[in-house]
Amino acid sequence: MTINRRDFIKVLSFGAAAATGSNTLFGNSTISKTSKHTLSKDAVGILYDATLCIGCKACEVACKRVNGMPVENSEWEKMHGIEDAWDSGSDLSTKTLNKIKMYKHGSATVKNREKNGFSFIKRACMHCIEPACESACPVSGFTKDPKTGIVVWNESCCGCRYCEIACPYNIPRFEYDKAIPKVFKCEMCSHLVSVGGVPGCCDSCPSGASIFGKVDDILEEARKRIALKAGEEYAYPISTVHDKEKQIRPTEKYINYIYGENEAGGTQYIILSAVPFEILGLPKLPEKSAVSTSETIQHTIYKGLIAPIALLVGLAFSAHRTTRKHQLAEENTIHE
Amino acid sequence: MNNHKPVGGKILTKPFMVLAFLALIAFILIIKRFLFGIGSVTNLSDGYPWGLWIVYDVLVGTAFGCGGYAIALLVYVFNKGEYHPLIRPALMTSVFGYTLAGASIILDVGRYWNLYNMFWPKYANINSVMVEVAICVASYVMILWIEFSPSFFEKWRKGGTPTFVKRFMFVFIAIGVLLPTMHQSSLGSLMIIAGNRLFPLWQTNWLPLLFLISALTMGYGMVIFESLFSSVILHRPLEISMLKKLSAVMQKLLVVFLIFRFGDLIWRGEISTIFDIGFKQSMFILENALIIIPMILLFIKNKKSSPRSLFLSASAVLLAGTLYRFNTYLVGFDPGHGWHYFPSVSEIMVTLGIVSVELMAYLVFVKKLPIMPAIQHN
Repeated sequence: MTINRRDFIKVLSFGAAAATGSNTLFGNSTISKTSKHTLSKDAVGILYDATLCIGCKACEVACKRVNGMPVENSEWEKMHGIEDAWDSGSDLSTKTLNKIKMYKHGSATVKNREKNGFSFIKRACMHCIEPACESACPVSGFTKDPKTGIVVWNESCCGCRYCEIACPYNIPRFEYDKAIPKVFKCEMCSHLVSVGGVPGCCDSCPSGASIFGKVDDILEEARKRIALKAGEEYAYPISTVHDKEKQIRPTEKYINYIYGENEAGGTQYIILSAVPFEILGLPKLPEKSAVSTSETIQHTIYKGLIAPIALLVGLAFSAHRTTRKHQLAEENTIHE
Repeated sequence: MNNHKPVGGKILTKPFMVLAFLALIAFILIIKRFLFGIGSVTNLSDGYPWGLWIVYDVLVGTAFGCGGYAIALLVYVFNKGEYHPLIRPALMTSVFGYTLAGASIILDVGRYWNLYNMFWPKYANINSVMVEVAICVASYVMILWIEFSPSFFEKWRKGGTPTFVKRFMFVFIAIGVLLPTMHQSSLGSLMIIAGNRLFPLWQTNWLPLLFLISALTMGYGMVIFESLFSSVILHRPLEISMLKKLSAVMQKLLVVFLIFRFGDLIWRGEISTIFDIGFKQSMFILENALIIIPMILLFIKNKKSSPRSLFLSASAVLLAGTLYRFNTYLVGFDPGHGWHYFPSVSEIMVTLGIVSVELMAYLVFVKKLPIMPAIQHN
């Protein structure tokens, strides 16, 4: 009897030891990034420079056009017959994949200023290097292209919305109003990029606020910009990082930080701004992604299924003994 | 030979009809959900994609269904044969809890026709905690019905349970202990990926262990609750001495839970967060008060064996576990500015309907099948 229990405890502690390796215990950051998440040289991204954005929403229009997305109207507008006259969504939705938002403070007189100023911010999928949606999805409903690094939605999706729980930027949008729903988010116009094109938002942006390019190139461009002195003249490329068409203008006082370079393992959509990123609604995230924590814990517990199998063997052993004992006892009572 | 007997009695009682009516309303609402989408019935949004259905029906539902697991652990692993009479009623609540939790996933999942992809190697994503949960819960539902099958055999098969079923039952019992250990912990791991969107009082790398211990306490809580409850409504003698011992096991587990819960908060330096007054903090205090109350009740010597304090303790433990799950998945979850969630009336009605079906099935089963321990006439 005692052997039984001791065996079980042995097996249990083995499982527990495997389950709670030192990483889980002390939450230290020695965990290496999973190798499949290293970016290829051809990975592409978008650099959004909030200091250049004039809030014209040409990118929103282009996004809808090239992706065939419908115009969005409020219930009030629909009731009053104003449908399809203009687009009036106020946030990302199943119909709107990118959105220009505005920060405003006090008199809002000066652009790119925190106090009594304003700034725009373009929200869309960040195309994480370690995408939480891709890691969380049980059925490969989100996949990251190994070459471009673009994260796209697939028909294999089962609609569980774990991606919405997991995404640190709150990006995926689910069709709650449909019997046969899909999930929507920016896919960096992968259909255009795959044939050498430029995403709609970058192609249409008149001020060079959104530029497309290889991740390495846009990061280099971003580093160059934040190193500039305020007021210094700079030739800003218009739609791609190597665009020959440039606009020469004095620079604003950049915040010395590239948002997206290190957030939760890094993103392929990076942002520059002259006002703090938090007030633009961008979450403050640690460098180590929750994805890697989650995957490390899960893979430590289930490594090679050793712990579960060992536990099962121990359990079967003691269950066998106990059931036999119970059966013998039962038979004995019959004979009596 | 047969230690279990059907309780007998009329099925179509007044309470049964009320439950049937609630189930009917839920059924109509479920049809609406399938015709017009999840949003037509629920208040779910892109900020709060999981609500009452996931948290109550699935998370709390399966934790309530841990009675079979918790008792099997005592009887077959820790070799405590004296709890054997409790196995069948415990297994039955597990069978219903898990079967309905599994079924209710279909309501909440938007593209349910693709659910099989979780079991399809081409699409199953082994990085996803949910794949582990799905595979383990689905297999456990099947295992539970096999473990429960002797009740059917004894009722309808001449000669009772076939020998080969008896002979291999130990395999199913072993799997039946392994699977809940795996998925009840993973139900905690699910939220690790939410990162700092989950409030620090709940977000921890220890979520899997805490959810596992919590599920076990709820398993014992459910067995005690169910036993006392059925004694009253089915006019059966109380099984106090056994429940008293069981409550001692539960009490020890509660201590272990609290040690890990607070040890983790201290270790991460988040313990002071409790004192920043707010809604989340109040919910945290309520959640833990519900654990401390039964511990005190079960500690007082002369109250230990009173059915009232046993019932109160078990109820408090069940509530504490329920609140822990609601807090981890909803109260502590903050998707950012501008998102709110409170379940809609229809959403609540569907959950009530599911609970009603569970209670109806319970009543039918205990009255018609050999589940409850035979009453010993002295």
